Amino acid sequence: MSVAPGLTIEGSARFGAVPLFPSLRFEAAPGLWTSLLGPSGVGKTTLLRLIAGLDTGAIFDGQVYASDGAPLAGRIAYMGQGDLLAPWLDVLGNVVLGARLRGEAPDFAKAREIIARVGLARHERERPFALSGGQRQRAALARTLMEDRPVVLLDEPFSSLDARTRTEMQELAGELLAGKTVALITHDPGDAARLSHRAFLMNERGLSELALPQSAPVRSYDDKEVIAAQAQMLRLLRSGS
Amino acid sequence: MNALMILGRGVLIAAIGLLAWQALVWLTGVPAFILPGPVRVGERLWDTRSLIAEHAWVTYAQIVIGLALGVLLGIGTALQMILSPVYRSVMRPLVVFSQAIPIFALAPVVTLWLGYGMASKVLFIVLIIYFPIASACYDGLSRTPQGALDLARVMGASPLRTTLRVRAPYAIPSLASGLRLAVAAAPFAAVIGEWVGASRGLGHMMLLANGRGQTDLMFACLIALAAFTVVLYFAIDALGDALVARFSEPLG
Repeated sequence: MSVAPGLTIEGSARFGAVPLFPSLRFEAAPGLWTSLLGPSGVGKTTLLRLIAGLDTGAIFDGQVYASDGAPLAGRIAYMGQGDLLAPWLDVLGNVVLGARLRGEAPDFAKAREIIARVGLARHERERPFALSGGQRQRAALARTLMEDRPVVLLDEPFSSLDARTRTEMQELAGELLAGKTVALITHDPGDAARLSHRAFLMNERGLSELALPQSAPVRSYDDKEVIAAQAQMLRLLRSGS
Repeated sequence: MNALMILGRGVLIAAIGLLAWQALVWLTGVPAFILPGPVRVGERLWDTRSLIAEHAWVTYAQIVIGLALGVLLGIGTALQMILSPVYRSVMRPLVVFSQAIPIFALAPVVTLWLGYGMASKVLFIVLIIYFPIASACYDGLSRTPQGALDLARVMGASPLRTTLRVRAPYAIPSLASGLRLAVAAAPFAAVIGEWVGASRGLGHMMLLANGRGQTDLMFACLIALAAFTVVLYFAIDALGDALVARFSEPLG
């Protein structure tokens, strides 16, 4: 895998005359996890979609660029809210969807290896409806890994999971996406405290950096410092509104 | 077991219907040229079975060919509308407008252009079902979940592959409901086409029988048409269910 570039987005966004977020600058450091925590409606998703080059309906004054100066298009993998699995394809078919969509011959050996890594080896021939919520999210993670892009954008990827599955997915994603430049959008302080190298709070005024434990991610969910950081983030979230 | 019960229920309802029909004939004492009883119609159907079969075959073939062409053209149009903004801006008002005009009124014109043979009926069926199919498919193709389109975009899919591999599978339930509409309208269109002008077919035979006061023969033709329509409807319905099950998440 090539060395993951860092990415920066700077600028402001508005819907017509209504401002969405003020002029701000968000940086994801090369090869590290950067989280953006914030309440709903402050433009977190819009920010991520701008990085991904997707339609937002907002007017954006600013720019998005990679630290190596090369274009970002084609170097991004995206995992959105919900698993977005195609209901007519089995797990294997969903994992190789990217190759199919680009008209490339899928690398099935690699796909099977990735499916095994996320723990779905026995389910590769099953369609999504036969899987549990956690298994579906694992399949979506496998599809993201199969894309093998240096930059990974995650928009609330664990929001629909129950507490136990969520902590398991945090660990799996943290382990398997290590070395990539990851930008994670979340409203869960747990995600931010366990997974990030750096974390920011986003509100109407812009971004402010959040304190994180000294240890390296993925941090244990019952680590005292993680719990303290989580509590502090929650405090800031509550006072912000 | 379940299928058997459904079949049993169908037979029971048919039996009740036939009894009510016969009772109506007995109670009112209407002459047979106004309303023949089911027994008489059954006898007539059996006696003229080879003649009816000869004409029925023509009508059945028109329905199947018209249906196939109309569905293929409708799907093709919907795909083209999704892929080409120019084509869409031309076709969309046309598709909407066509729902508001009575295409049945075009039957004499179609017969004038294409004559009394099968071609005019096939074209007429195609005209009747093409717009509803195109409209249903276009609706389905344009209602793809935004997340799926975003994913395809980030993955670097071309518009054509996005349409065929993402939009089209998500549009299958819309196609299935379009098919159900089409299969109900096609036999209707075939018979009207034949009434307007034909030398063969069940509609033509019904018109002749009517002119000669052979009401029992008219009903016999009607039964031959209805039987085919019902079989075709259930076949398409089952196909639609199978497609939806294959391409979407089962409910619950």
